[in-house]
Amino acid sequence: MGADELVINMGPQHPSTHGVLRVKLKLDGERVIGSECIIGYLHRGVEKIAENRTYQQFAPYVDRMDYVAAVSSGLGYCEAVEKLLVVEAPARARVIRTILTELQRIASHLLWLGTHALDIGALTPLFYCFREREEILKIFEKYCGARLTTHAFRIGGLQYEAYDTLEKDVERFCKDFESRIVEYETLLTENRIWIGRTKGVGILTAEDAIAFGVTGPVLRASGVKWDIRKAAPYAAYDQYKFEIPVGTTGDTYDRYLVRMEEMRQSRLICLQAIENIPSGPIMAKVGKVLKPPPGEVYHAIEAPKGEIGYYIVSDGTVMPYRVHIRPPSFINLQAFDRMVRGHLVADVVAIIGTIDIVLGEVDR
Amino acid sequence: MNAALQATLEFWKLYWAPLLCGVAVVAILPLIVGYIVLVERKIMADMQARLGPMRVGPHGLLQPIADAVKLLIKEDIIPENADKLVFWLAPVLSVGAGLLSLAGLAIGPAFQIAEDVNIGILFVVGISALGIFGIVLGGWASNSHYSLMGALRSSAQLVSYETAAGMALVSALLFTGSLNIKSIVEAQSKEGIWFVLLAPAAFFTYLVASIAETNRAPFDLPEAESELVAGYMTEFSGFRWSLYFLAEYTNMIVVASVATTLFLGGWLRPFSGVSWLNFLDFAPPLLLIAIGAYCVLRVTKQPTRVQQLFMLAVAGLCFVVALVLAAPVVLPVIKPSLREALAPFYAGIHGGFWFIFKVSLYIYFFMWLRFTMPRYRFDQLMRLGWHFLIPLSIINVLLVGVALIVGAYFHLQGWGLLLVTTPAAILALVAAFLILAVEKQHDARQDQTAASDFYAG
Repeated sequence: MGADELVINMGPQHPSTHGVLRVKLKLDGERVIGSECIIGYLHRGVEKIAENRTYQQFAPYVDRMDYVAAVSSGLGYCEAVEKLLVVEAPARARVIRTILTELQRIASHLLWLGTHALDIGALTPLFYCFREREEILKIFEKYCGARLTTHAFRIGGLQYEAYDTLEKDVERFCKDFESRIVEYETLLTENRIWIGRTKGVGILTAEDAIAFGVTGPVLRASGVKWDIRKAAPYAAYDQYKFEIPVGTTGDTYDRYLVRMEEMRQSRLICLQAIENIPSGPIMAKVGKVLKPPPGEVYHAIEAPKGEIGYYIVSDGTVMPYRVHIRPPSFINLQAFDRMVRGHLVADVVAIIGTIDIVLGEVDR
Repeated sequence: MNAALQATLEFWKLYWAPLLCGVAVVAILPLIVGYIVLVERKIMADMQARLGPMRVGPHGLLQPIADAVKLLIKEDIIPENADKLVFWLAPVLSVGAGLLSLAGLAIGPAFQIAEDVNIGILFVVGISALGIFGIVLGGWASNSHYSLMGALRSSAQLVSYETAAGMALVSALLFTGSLNIKSIVEAQSKEGIWFVLLAPAAFFTYLVASIAETNRAPFDLPEAESELVAGYMTEFSGFRWSLYFLAEYTNMIVVASVATTLFLGGWLRPFSGVSWLNFLDFAPPLLLIAIGAYCVLRVTKQPTRVQQLFMLAVAGLCFVVALVLAAPVVLPVIKPSLREALAPFYAGIHGGFWFIFKVSLYIYFFMWLRFTMPRYRFDQLMRLGWHFLIPLSIINVLLVGVALIVGAYFHLQGWGLLLVTTPAAILALVAAFLILAVEKQHDARQDQTAASDFYAG
């Protein structure tokens, strides 16, 4: 380390590392010449816990990984176990699952947008975003009684029938949301300072993104059209029309645009889904005690932050032999050093924000 | 002994009024700052679809007092490895500079602590710039990386933007030929037009530079919360922290006052020379009566008895002030012979009102920007300063000078001066944008990865 180098510790207690991420930055003046992410402050050993719980008992734990998108994590786990059991959730359950996960995607992206804008210094979008997110959380609360760690789905389908006004609530939200998203865009998209702060910052090329295993909006902003909802449809996504937005340069501004467009597409999916919710049972025939046949399965879904995958090995007992989780935040965070080198300290927080991590999921 | 007593008496005879004003500034300013913060939080809440402070007093009106008490009784922490003396001195220096510069300002023709200082505006600008030492020393003494970076950013920022602000002031001073605050306002009164119209480019430059100088968003990099935690204030807590806070808001008042004095006609009423607009004199009392009436209407909505009484008290205060403001304008209508006797009262009281009104508008603009804009990055901030604002202000000084010479040649005065100053402002802006475009091309050609030293300015 030379005399003009400065090592700064960002976090684990820092306003904009989104939790307990600790970043060691090596600086030359304000320019970053090296970085190291130190994680694990929120490690709870989720994968080990899984080995000592029955399949149903473990389901609520996955909500505590990405706690701002618990519905999506839950869907991935339930579908993975269903795949292991070789059962399929009924059509009605699949459609309701789709609606709730898409709402969750919007909620997660709203939280991202608010905090990302706050990191870059725009105070106001945060409150607008939380206003809309609140509506979504209210729908969750009405459906299953919880707002964040919802545990909304069960292995084999749903525990609860959709409440009476679910369609109406979702429709009203979608109707309001259309103009609200325009509101955020007027504050940011054309704003010169916003463009100056995000364009050309944290560029991740498509090759790099693939090499790092980055998924989700971060990958798509680099120009790779990869979305599991299209590539390997799950739930009821094969029934709906939607676009996959992709970026061109893979900078922070592109990631912003991609996520904004994703919110619009999610809104369209919700609108299509509530038009025609099939009637019928909401739970497949699964026993009270789940004993999947010995074997292994990997199932991934497109969570708001990227591909969340569950690799489950069963030895034929009531408890999984091994559960491995592929958390999108953790894997996307690996690209951080590549993105941050050569930029200024102010860009570091912009890049942490643009990767959209949740430390609960990074550390598990 | 007797001689000493005599001298003391002489001293008091001469200086009792400025001393009283000084004590008032030191004693009341923290309260005013507290309420500016409350107003800021309320405006922020309004823009962000929420209510803001509501718990302490009706509509949170006692929040500043609760905050002040909290800050005063908080634990005062000095970090182990800090330079204790400098750590102690820095916030005092910062707030001292802010308060001292208030001395040179004139709130009305009658209210000025350092009366008729012939270098008035220079004194204010110079002293308020000293406050930066408090920030730099505080950041350095804390012995923390975040503080140090905040301090460095702050000093670089102030050096860059003080130049532009100074040049902008020069453009306006060209019209008066005097640095005395009173003569500056009187010149605007004589011309019948405010300098904001005669030197719009200078006003714009000063507006931007003053935001940067006071470290307000979107130029709040020295204390950028999301990047440097709290910048130079990171290690300060309790009362010391509140001193920095006080200094920041005092500086806001100072720059707003300077802008008001130089560009917005100081304590003059809008169109003070136009007699058919004299009905505007009734606006201040009517405004306060409206506020008072609103408070009375809201009394029934208050949940507790204490809050109702408080609301009534606020309304009463508004009515009393309205009465004071109304007296010099209403009495002459009833009894014209009183006009002469009341003229100084009118000038003083209404002058004070208009001055504070304009300063409030200026500060409101600061707040509005803060809640709307994201934050600049350091290199962008420097580029804006050196590539745009400084060239603009220098060209503007030259062109305003040329315009004045041309104006004098054609014997133009007052509104007529607009004929020459408007083209000058437009030319200055065009030239500045041209320079910016050329610089941008130059930057694009330079290697992006080449590390440059931003602190060098």
